[in-house]
Amino acid sequence: MNLAAVKAIYVSEMARFFRTLAQSFLSPVISTSLYFVVFGAAIGSRIDQVEGVAYGAFIVPGLVMLSVMTQAISNASFGIYFPKFIGTIYELLSAPVNFLEIVLGFVGAAATKALFIGVVILGTAALFVDLQILHPFAMMAFLVLTCTSFALFGFIIGIWAQNFEQLQLIPLLVVTPLVFLGGSFYSISMLPPVWQTITMFNPVVYLISGFRWAFFGIADVPVGLSLLAISGFTVLCLGAVWMIFRTGWRIRN
Amino acid sequence: MSPIIEIRDLQKTYAGGFQALKGVTLDIDAGEILALLGPNGAGKTTLISTICGITNPSRGTVAVDGHDVVRSYRQARQMIGLVPQEINLEPFTTVIDTVRFSRGLFGKPRDDAYLEKILRQLSLWDKRSARTMELSGGMKRRVMIAKALSHEPRILFLDEPTAGVDVELRKEMWDVVAELKAGGVTIILTTHYIEEAEAIADRVGVINGGELLLVEPKADLMRRMGQKHLQIELQDTLPEIPESLNAHDLELDPEGHILRYTYDTRKERTGITGLLTDIAAAGLVLRDIQTQESSLEDIFVTLVKENAA
Repeated sequence: MNLAAVKAIYVSEMARFFRTLAQSFLSPVISTSLYFVVFGAAIGSRIDQVEGVAYGAFIVPGLVMLSVMTQAISNASFGIYFPKFIGTIYELLSAPVNFLEIVLGFVGAAATKALFIGVVILGTAALFVDLQILHPFAMMAFLVLTCTSFALFGFIIGIWAQNFEQLQLIPLLVVTPLVFLGGSFYSISMLPPVWQTITMFNPVVYLISGFRWAFFGIADVPVGLSLLAISGFTVLCLGAVWMIFRTGWRIRN
Repeated sequence: MSPIIEIRDLQKTYAGGFQALKGVTLDIDAGEILALLGPNGAGKTTLISTICGITNPSRGTVAVDGHDVVRSYRQARQMIGLVPQEINLEPFTTVIDTVRFSRGLFGKPRDDAYLEKILRQLSLWDKRSARTMELSGGMKRRVMIAKALSHEPRILFLDEPTAGVDVELRKEMWDVVAELKAGGVTIILTTHYIEEAEAIADRVGVINGGELLLVEPKADLMRRMGQKHLQIELQDTLPEIPESLNAHDLELDPEGHILRYTYDTRKERTGITGLLTDIAAAGLVLRDIQTQESSLEDIFVTLVKENAA
């Protein structure tokens, strides 16, 4: 195991994050505050409670997930796409590193950034609403797993993308809708029965449900199933990355 | 001396069907400077990329100090530093950070004293805290070299190190190469500047159309292939070459002032004595005599032409 290489990649990826720390920190704080103003104060005042939880608090897990997923994807996809774009990828390809070391460095850094954003949003949310976290360890576990699996997914997108448009395509067309329709701002039980069934095919539902359970002890699907879903997604992405590096698809000709 | 790089029947066919390497076999000795010479698209970069792990070989093997570049890629790559043709640097990173990154990537523990040594050698120490995008083209190229040297490689690949570089910088680059060689580093460089190979290489390989046409010590190559020209300046002009000299392969310049005799240094007899005797017999008075050796460029053009025919 070339740990020095993992560290080198991780440090250089984090350095980019620290160069723009103010942006990285401010933008989630502002957008979260906006969500609370709109959903919490304006709309939330008309919605009393969802399954015994104040609406303002109910949307917190979904909000965190929304940001964490998009941040993990965009950080990881950009992280690997950028060297491809400017040509510095030659160094990774000619270095004595294997796929796992490259993935650990890039995905680890992207997941760390997403985790940081997630914690910042939680902190911001705590200023607006009364937050309770029933299962803090489970909460952290879900958060870390989500950061990791979506960073892996973003990493795949970054390798696949051949231009900046493609880099945005999947997050915009697939991920954002899935997150919005995955129960970020409502409980699945509020939907008509047909849509409840259709929603079960949305993988994000399992993540948000499990994450929300860690806060309030309420869930749309059993927690075990949520955990299984996110673990399965992680393994799937890892397998895909392994295949990509084995075949050299879009990176080594 | 056993070779540090052994290339056997290396072939590379790209996905589009283009065969960039058609079975290259080559041994590279430790400590030498090998120049790979060839026109654009000859396969020079593909050859380097395949040795360094950027492209996968379609057939054949490459061993670096006995380590197969595919199966034992870690050991093989640890020994190699690569300076690619294009300058690829992350624009916002500082010089010292990008060099440190390269060292880490190759699995070496941090060693700031060593990096300082390299940066000083490449006249980059004063610029260590500058972001790479603030540097001039020549400095960027030196940063690329510093990155390639950061993990103390025993072999350095320089792909077109002086393409698009001004004369002064080219000389500077040659000095750096000479210094590295003195430090025991094996250097393989590609170029299509003949004078570059002529100036710094120990051996020259000529590659064209994905095939290695020849590899020889530079001096041997020039001697073996070398034609010399004997230029005879006459006191008086001649309307044409006198009949008595027809046996010799002579050319007369349009003004009738200079006779040019081309001969082969490889031959036992160059025919110079006979020519001069015949010239004296023909009653021609000489003003000056000069000989000229053909350059690597002439040799190269001849080789590529022969290969195309």
